[in-house]
Amino acid sequence: MNTFYNEILTEHNVHPTHKHELSDADITLEGVNPSCGDDIILSFKVSDGVITDGAFSGDGCAISQASCDMMLDLVIGKKVDEAKRLSEIFLRMIKGEVTDEEKEELEEAGILSDISHMPARVKCAVLGWHTMEEMLSENE
Amino acid sequence: MTREEERIRADFPLLSKNNVIYLDNTATSQKPKKVIDDVAEFYRTLNSNPMRGLYDISVRATERVEEAREKAASFINAKNSSEIVFTRNATEGLNLVAYTYGEEKLSEGDEVMISISEHHSNLLPWRLLCERKKAVLKYFECDETGVFSLEEFKHALSAKTKIVAMSAMSNVFGRENVITPFVKAAHECGAVFVADGAQSVPHVRTDVSESGVDFLAFSGHKMFAPMGIGVLYGKKELLEEMPPFLSGGEMIEYVHRDSERFSAPPYKFEAGTMNAGGAAGLLSALQYIDSVGFENIMKREEELSEYMLSGLVKIPHVKVLGSDEAREHHGIFTFTVDGVHPHDISEIMSSKNICIRAGHHCAQPLHEFLGVRSTARASLGYYNTKDDIDAFLKTLSEIRGVMGFMD
Repeated sequence: MNTFYNEILTEHNVHPTHKHELSDADITLEGVNPSCGDDIILSFKVSDGVITDGAFSGDGCAISQASCDMMLDLVIGKKVDEAKRLSEIFLRMIKGEVTDEEKEELEEAGILSDISHMPARVKCAVLGWHTMEEMLSENE
Repeated sequence: MTREEERIRADFPLLSKNNVIYLDNTATSQKPKKVIDDVAEFYRTLNSNPMRGLYDISVRATERVEEAREKAASFINAKNSSEIVFTRNATEGLNLVAYTYGEEKLSEGDEVMISISEHHSNLLPWRLLCERKKAVLKYFECDETGVFSLEEFKHALSAKTKIVAMSAMSNVFGRENVITPFVKAAHECGAVFVADGAQSVPHVRTDVSESGVDFLAFSGHKMFAPMGIGVLYGKKELLEEMPPFLSGGEMIEYVHRDSERFSAPPYKFEAGTMNAGGAAGLLSALQYIDSVGFENIMKREEELSEYMLSGLVKIPHVKVLGSDEAREHHGIFTFTVDGVHPHDISEIMSSKNICIRAGHHCAQPLHEFLGVRSTARASLGYYNTKDDIDAFLKTLSEIRGVMGFMD
């Protein structure tokens, strides 16, 4: 069946790399999408302004779960400021407002650009990213 | 598609002109061409403010509204059409009872009892009422397939119980809650019984005189009528003693600077210009049901339910909530697929033009009680076909594969 659910997305959903406990996390925040009941608890370890590790738990649709897993692939090992910059690009991509070069920077998460044509699923795709943005801003 | 199915679908423009497989009938039904035309005809030929004007078209608009009221009364076997209050929908009817009867009769420490399987619209008005009145909201629970025990219900009632609110059919299980014995038990301890008929009235015979229910709310749009017209049935003696809900035009006999007298029911509860076009549509919808035969609609829904459930149980990793008996589903099939979130099920169905629902179906406490976060729901209507069900089942059987599971 030809659907939006390609192999990259389903692999991140069925076998997520970063869905686990992070026992000694420095910062944790829960993000909820009230319209469909998705929730994500995001945890980071931050040292000298660098995200050294990250993980998530919770329950949600494949788009919310895969999006969060791809986000963690992208930002782990990067500086907090860089993660915030990438998040801003992602959120613009979902609105259909990015250049191809910017989309490249998002690596695998760039596959979610089609969400800009799926208004019912926007909230699912951005849940992890909004939660990260809020968490990093609060922690400043 | 059989010839009979072709004939039925020809009545419904959205189904005959669009390539959609519509399986969200619990949310709203499609509208017959006759209903759409009759609403248009009302605005083309009778449009005027009903209940007010003394000129010909206003008189005829009023007659149309009153004919709809009579028809609605006879559809649920109410003794008198003055027991039929027009509302926007079931939600408004339930709120009307909470804000008038509830506000007047409930005191601190009293109890309101509702079932755990209520739609939020028969839950929140009562919870908010209880908060305002410092009263206690109590839930009575069903088993995991949605069956309520009359014995347990009786046990939960007390002299403090003033209002019982329960749906006559769950929008998740599809099971009919035969309310008559529950109404009797509530009356024996002095409580009134408020039934949410949003799902039951379109799918099973409703007889308010036989059940003795005090209030029953339902929506037109789930039974072929337009959106924005609903009915609240209330016993005459209760409606008479209740204060008005909204106040304003057309619900008074006179207004002076410092005094007023309200109209008799049902007009007391119909402030402002009413949705007369909607009432004309409701009348047309009930006439449509008559022309097909309600028995025939119920029979067809049962046959489709049999076909649906026999297919669903054959698909691995699919779990259906509620009864094992198809006839107890009334077309409503709420289910989960192991490892696949309901929103993804709905998205994949949508890519095949199949319309189903995903989420908690406005019954979140029930989902918490059942220990499931969310579910998908396919609900059948009289105009669905076996082809619709085949397409749905085929896509459903492929979903785990699409989502990357190697079954």
